[in-house]
Order: sequence, then C-alpha cells, then structure tokens
Amino acid sequence: MSDKTFKMTLHVWRQSGPNDAGKFERYECPEVNPHMSFLELLDDLNERLIADGQEGIAFDHDCREGICGACGVVINGVPHGPQRRTTTCQLHMRQFINGPHEVWVEPFRASAFPIIKDLTVDRGAFDRIIQAGGYVSVRTGSAAEANEIPVPKKIADRAMDAAECIGCGACVAACPNASASLFTGAKISHLGLLPQGQPEREDRARKMVAQHDAEGFGGCTNHNECEAACPKGISVDFIAQMNRDFLKSMLTAKDDVPNRK
Amino acid sequence: MSEGNLMELRSNAPTGPIEERWTKHKAASNLVAPANRRRYNVIVVGSGLAGGAAAATLGELGYNVKCFCYQDSPRRAHSIAAQGGINAAKNYQNDGDSVFRLFYDTVKGGDFRARESNVYRLAELSLNIIDQAVAQGVPFAREYGGGLANRSFGGAQVSRTFYARGQTGQQLLLGAYSALSRQIEAGTVEMFPRHEMLDLIVVDGEARGIVTRNLVNGKIEAHTAHVVVLATGGYGNVFYLSTNAKGSNATAIWRAHRKGAPFANPCFTQIHPTCIPQSGAYQSKLTLMSESLRNDGRVWVPRKKEDCDKDPRSIPEADRYYYLEERYPAFGNLVPRDVASRNAMYVCNDGLGVGPMVDGQRRGVYLDFADAIKRLGEQTVRERYGNLFEMYERITGESPYETPMRIYPAIHYTMGGLWVDYNLMSTIDGLFVGGEANFSDHGANRLGASALMQGLADGYFILPFTIGNYLGTKRNFKEIGDDHPAVKDALNEVTDRIKGLMNAPDPKHAPEYYHRKLGAIMWDKCGMARNKAGLEEAIEEIPKLYEEFKRHVKISGSGESFNQCLERAGRTADFFELGLLMCKDALAREESCGGHFREEHQEEGEAARDDENFSYVAAWAWNGESGSQKLIKEPLSFEYVKPSKRSYK
Repeated sequence: MSDKTFKMTLHVWRQSGPNDAGKFERYECPEVNPHMSFLELLDDLNERLIADGQEGIAFDHDCREGICGACGVVINGVPHGPQRRTTTCQLHMRQFINGPHEVWVEPFRASAFPIIKDLTVDRGAFDRIIQAGGYVSVRTGSAAEANEIPVPKKIADRAMDAAECIGCGACVAACPNASASLFTGAKISHLGLLPQGQPEREDRARKMVAQHDAEGFGGCTNHNECEAACPKGISVDFIAQMNRDFLKSMLTAKDDVPNRK
Repeated sequence: MSEGNLMELRSNAPTGPIEERWTKHKAASNLVAPANRRRYNVIVVGSGLAGGAAAATLGELGYNVKCFCYQDSPRRAHSIAAQGGINAAKNYQNDGDSVFRLFYDTVKGGDFRARESNVYRLAELSLNIIDQAVAQGVPFAREYGGGLANRSFGGAQVSRTFYARGQTGQQLLLGAYSALSRQIEAGTVEMFPRHEMLDLIVVDGEARGIVTRNLVNGKIEAHTAHVVVLATGGYGNVFYLSTNAKGSNATAIWRAHRKGAPFANPCFTQIHPTCIPQSGAYQSKLTLMSESLRNDGRVWVPRKKEDCDKDPRSIPEADRYYYLEERYPAFGNLVPRDVASRNAMYVCNDGLGVGPMVDGQRRGVYLDFADAIKRLGEQTVRERYGNLFEMYERITGESPYETPMRIYPAIHYTMGGLWVDYNLMSTIDGLFVGGEANFSDHGANRLGASALMQGLADGYFILPFTIGNYLGTKRNFKEIGDDHPAVKDALNEVTDRIKGLMNAPDPKHAPEYYHRKLGAIMWDKCGMARNKAGLEEAIEEIPKLYEEFKRHVKISGSGESFNQCLERAGRTADFFELGLLMCKDALAREESCGGHFREEHQEEGEAARDDENFSYVAAWAWNGESGSQKLIKEPLSFEYVKPSKRSYK
C-alpha cells in the first residue's frame, strides 16, 4: 500500500443555519495521507481553518468506527462516498489514490432532515418513527426466563440482519423520493420476525408507517438505491416485509391510528 | 451526607450473608407510592446503557423524567460500540458457572480493589439482564435448538458471554433505546438531545438540578429536579487517542466533582490489548477489535529483530515468539487485558514490534488466524469474526484471512469515576452515578464483557430502586424554583466560563492542538506503566500546558450558535484538571494492581500488589482549586474472596 500523499480539492456545502441559502466553498488539501479517514481529512482542514480565524465545517460524528450512525455526508453524489458498505468515518483516503481528486461534499438532503448547519442535519424524524411503535412493550423486571421461548437460529439471524441498522439516514439521502422505508422496514421486520414481537406486530407496522408518512418522507417506488447506499447492507426485502405487515394490519385493523407529528 | 462527615466515606453496604444482602436491602428500603411518583422530577444525564435504561425504567415507574444527551439521538451513546458481549451467570453451558463464580472472578479480576457487596449484586442481576434484553427483542446469537448461545471471553474459564454477532453493545443499547422511546411516547420521559450538561446545581448538600447548553443554538438553561443521575460514561479521552467516541467526555462528572463529589480511583484506567495500531500523527481515534478474537487468534512477534519488517507469512514457525502461550501456559492468549497489554509493550520495548514506524518505533504485534482457518475452515472463522475482519481491512487495507492482523494496546475503559455508596449515590445527596461514570464494581481492572453488564444492572435494576429509597425518606420535598440563588450562580458561572474560553488573551491554536499534547503526556507517563519520576514530571508539565491552553486556545464562531470547536474546548479544559488528578492518584498509589502498573512495584516482571497498605478506595475531594484535592480512604475488606496473588501462569 502506498504511503505517498496526494493533493485534493474539496467543494464543501456551507450553510450557517436553516434559513441561510447555503453554497459550496472550495478548499485545497495539499497533503492527503492515504491512511487517514475522510473525517480526519475534514478534521485537518478544520484545524487549519480555525487557526486562520475561520469557522470550522460543522459535521456530525462520534464513534468513528462505523456503528453509532452519527456521521454521514454525500460525497460526489453518493451517501457515505464511493466504498460500498462503509460509513463516512470508515472511508479511508486510499480509496481516492487514483481519483477523483476533486470532490463535492454535501449534507444528507431531505425535507424531513432539515439542515442545522453545513453538513449537519436534524434526523429527529427517525427517533419519532421509533417512538411510534419500534419496541416491544415489556416492563423492566417482568420478563420471563430468557430460554423459555426458543427462537430458531435462522429466525434470530434474520432478525439480526434487520437489527443491524445504525439509523444514519443514508437510505433517505440515496432515495429519489427521500423515503425512509428501509429504516422503517428494518425495525418492523426485526421485531416482527421474533416471537417476542408478535403481540404488537400489526399495530407496530401501522403506527410506524403512519409516522413515517407524517414526517414527510416519500413512498418507496423500488429504486433500491437505499440498499446500495446502506453501510450495513440492509436488504430491501425488509421493505417488502413491512408492506405485507402494513397491508395485513390495514385489512384487519379495528381502530384508527391518530396522526402524531 | 453533610460536609462535616466528608472525611468518612460510608459505603452503606449491607452486612450478613452475601447472597442475601441485596434482597434484604430491598426489603428494608423505603418506597414511593405509585400516585406520588409523578410529583418527583428526575434528571438523567446520558442515554447509554446505564442512563437510557434508568430513564426508561424510572419513566415506567411513573416518575417525571428528563433525559439529556450530547448526541443528536439517544441511540448514539457510546455503549453502542461495545462489540464482544455481556456476561451472565446463567450456566446454560453446564460448565460449572454460578452467581458466586462470576462474583469471584470479578473480584479477583479487579485485583481486590472493589467492594464485595456491590460485585455480588452485579453477578446476581446478570441473570435478570439477559431475561429483560431477550424480552425486548435483542437478537442474541442462538444455537440450532433455539436456545441462547454463549462463548468464553477474555480471561474466563467458563462460557458465560452472550453476544449478538460483533455488535452486542449496539443491540443492547437499541433495546434500552426502544424502552426509552416507548416512555417518550407515553409522556413520562422528555428527551433533550444535543444538550450538554455544564454544571450541577447543589443546594444545602443536595443535588437539585443541572445547567445545560443547547448545542444547536448555544442557549444556557437551568433544569431543576429532586434527583440527578449522571450516566455520562468514562474519561478515556483524557489520553486524546483512545477507543472512546470523539465526543465522549468527563465534563459532567468533573463539574459534579468540583461541586463536592469525590472522584475515586482516577488512575485505574484500562488498556485494551487488541486495537489497531496508530498509523500517523493525524489520527483522531483508535479502533478496538473485539477481544473475542483472542479465542482463536494466536499472538506472536518475530524472535529476531531483523525479521520485524519482513512479510510475516515468510517467517518460519521456529522463529515466531508466541510470547503469551510461552509465558502463561494455563491461560495462553486469553490472559486478562492488563497482562496481555503489558506483554505487548514489553516485546515492543525489546525491539520486536511489527508494522509501520511511528516516531522511530514499531508498535504492534501479530494476531494470527492462519491456524484457526486451518483447524475450523475459513467459513467458520468468517461466521465468528467476519464483520471484525471487514472492519480491519477497511481501516488498514489488509485482509486478516491472508495475513496476520497487527494489534497494539489502547486506552479503552476507565474503572475510576465518581465515588458512590452501595445505593450508587455520591456524597452529594440526591446525586446518583451509574455505569462507567462511577467507580464501583470493577476494582482496578475490568473483565471483558462486564461493562455492558454493569451499565444495565445499574440502569434497569439498581438506580430505579435506590432512587425510590432516597425519595421515600423525604417529607415535603419541594423543588427549588428557577429564581433560587444557586440556580442563578450556576448559570452565571457557566456563562462566564464560556466567555473566558472564547476570549483567550492571545489566541493561536484550535483546542485539539493542546489536547493532543496533554494526551501524549498522559500516555507516556500515566499509561500502561508508570513510575515516580515520570508522574512527577507530568504533575509539573500538565498545569503549564493548561496555562498555555488558557492563554492561546483559539475558538472561531460564536457561543450563541452551533459551535463544535467551543464544545471541544470546554471538554479539553476539564481533561487538563482530571489528567492532573489521575497523575496524583497514580503517584500516591505505591503498588501495582490491575490496570495500574507501577514499575517500582513488581516481582519477576509481574505486578506486586500491596494489600497491607493499599487495600482501599482512593477518593479525592475537591478542595478549591485544580490539583489540591484531598485524599479520603474507604477501606476494603474481603470476607468471601480472600486476596490472593493474581497469577495467570
């Protein structure tokens, strides 16, 4: 692996607040080390900007190991950048050795994700979708002995495939409809597959889908861009499962789900 | 506890047969009637396993809860990054495990520096945690018969670790987050994301609220309550490079310390043996590879210095030094974390390290899966460690299926924290501390897969109960109003502090510039091995660097808006004061125990503990200014696990 540094030009979306129009600013990075991560490149640029008296570029990040879901920017039109199944914090600059050496960096754009500043967006809508029903209603201390209900290994593994979602929002940013169907479907499927999730399965699908729509996310029209952009590779099959649970629930529902936003 | 009693720390740990203590304690405690609970306001700071679980459970019980986190969502707390698993004494494997054995292992693993009563309770509650998590829909690994699977983990001789691929922390946290979300929906918990606690409000020795900064608009606000719970995690980022999240910080517990809560065992920090080595100066954090890798990987370095830069695959078997297997035949590659870490440092000090040169030294050892792939087949290895191998390859560009991984120790966990009694309450009445933020259960060294267990035990099962016990003693307990002088003082203090940071007299560099320098001092002089001379140097250097920071820190933007540079500056300032206290504590503890290794105190290369003189918790009480804290000792006694030499040979 080459250790040679290279030059890069970044065009970064700068927007001082939700009501500012925002625009791209051009920055030169004369020494990009191939072993640094994309966020470390932004760190380095920020340290130079701050020492120069300018404001650093605001971007969300935390664990920097691909699991917390805080980070995420659109790099040359692709959420989390060019490497498949990789969050922005885990994207290393060796991916850019052979170009492109001029890149455009933008926030995850969707009307349900209002911009707070620069590359930082408000993903509170995701929390509200979970609050609408993304849980098993079990009181602390009331649980049965853990091995009392056997769960077939295949089912547990499948539930885990869905549960791996990190809630970053790349699926929304990738979707031409800004739909959060993959995010919502992943949680509905995770809980709907397990025996523990059965009692509330249909209600859950109905409530979470209603909240998804109320937040202003679009519908799914099977572009499957979400799965391609998902850093955890969550499958669009879970959208199909959500649709099935939702449909079944609408046919059998006895009460209306209030609109909650 | 009033100030006059401060010199005597009362653990309030029950006596009698150890297996009955928690039950009896609960039976004798005060309760709050269901209808009265909604009259009490509880603040929970932090939304990880301890904070999220506590907020959810207190909400379920009917208290009015406000929960705060600095992240944009409670689901992102750093508990999410725990990989390997969670211990529980279920004995599903029929291999001789029991609550007593988990208790015994934890006390011994902690090198006899934890309270027996607390640790026993932790082992007991481990059973309930697994039940609770399964009921929430946490997709733990299963066997073909549908039962829960276990693996053995870092230093344990039984298989008691439950796991969800390499993302156990994520799944447990999402379980707690789902319970929290349910309470937010129910209206019992109000959530404040992107809020950072910057001070504690104390009135007459009681915690009565907090001051926060809204990170979106910079607004400084006071929130009053009857009880404050801090579950804000550890302070590993004092070292700048650690496996903690970039935002993890000590500000909440440090501000509480400055308001009177003693800080216990600050020098007890844990170094994790299996992290990806540093590759350059720009590095912002270190990444941990789950310790479960040591179950199947073999640790080695070349026997000859001239082989250190060769392709490891070309080095013949006879020239490989499997130093853990040779030095510790009983435990081999599964020795506890501190032993594995120190041995990696020794072989690198001997010039046998591998990987790239950073500052003139190779700091890395091999973790080799070639034998495991031969024995189990690539498919099985992929099932067990696939996601970890992928992560390693993304970061280093090398595939562990083809060439040995390179690993090196890094700061990972801090056993020290705010001093708490058996009820997890600090010396400030009504200030409870849970999870990594308290000092309680791991002594001088934490065993693998025990952090998740402690966070959830505190959050689901201990705090909701002991808080009720505390409130149950209160009569006519009124909330203080926003116009109380203590509230105004705290608001003014915070505002002044921010103004001070924003207006350094001669601004030059961003906060990271100083934080990196502090980290280098801490790692060199208060890291894996410590000695008197080094610690004394650090105690001189840190205040000087702190002064430099105060004069020259440069923060762009304003305090009244979203300003990540300002956030980092405030956290860095508190790390300076905490780092100094860590060095003081490390200097005062003239023994080696667990993660604290004093080079002057060793026997044949192994840590030499001094039970006669140091069998105590070192709690440091704030005394007006940074570095002048006073030491208060809580003596430790062992009735059930008699201190023995911790030998893994």
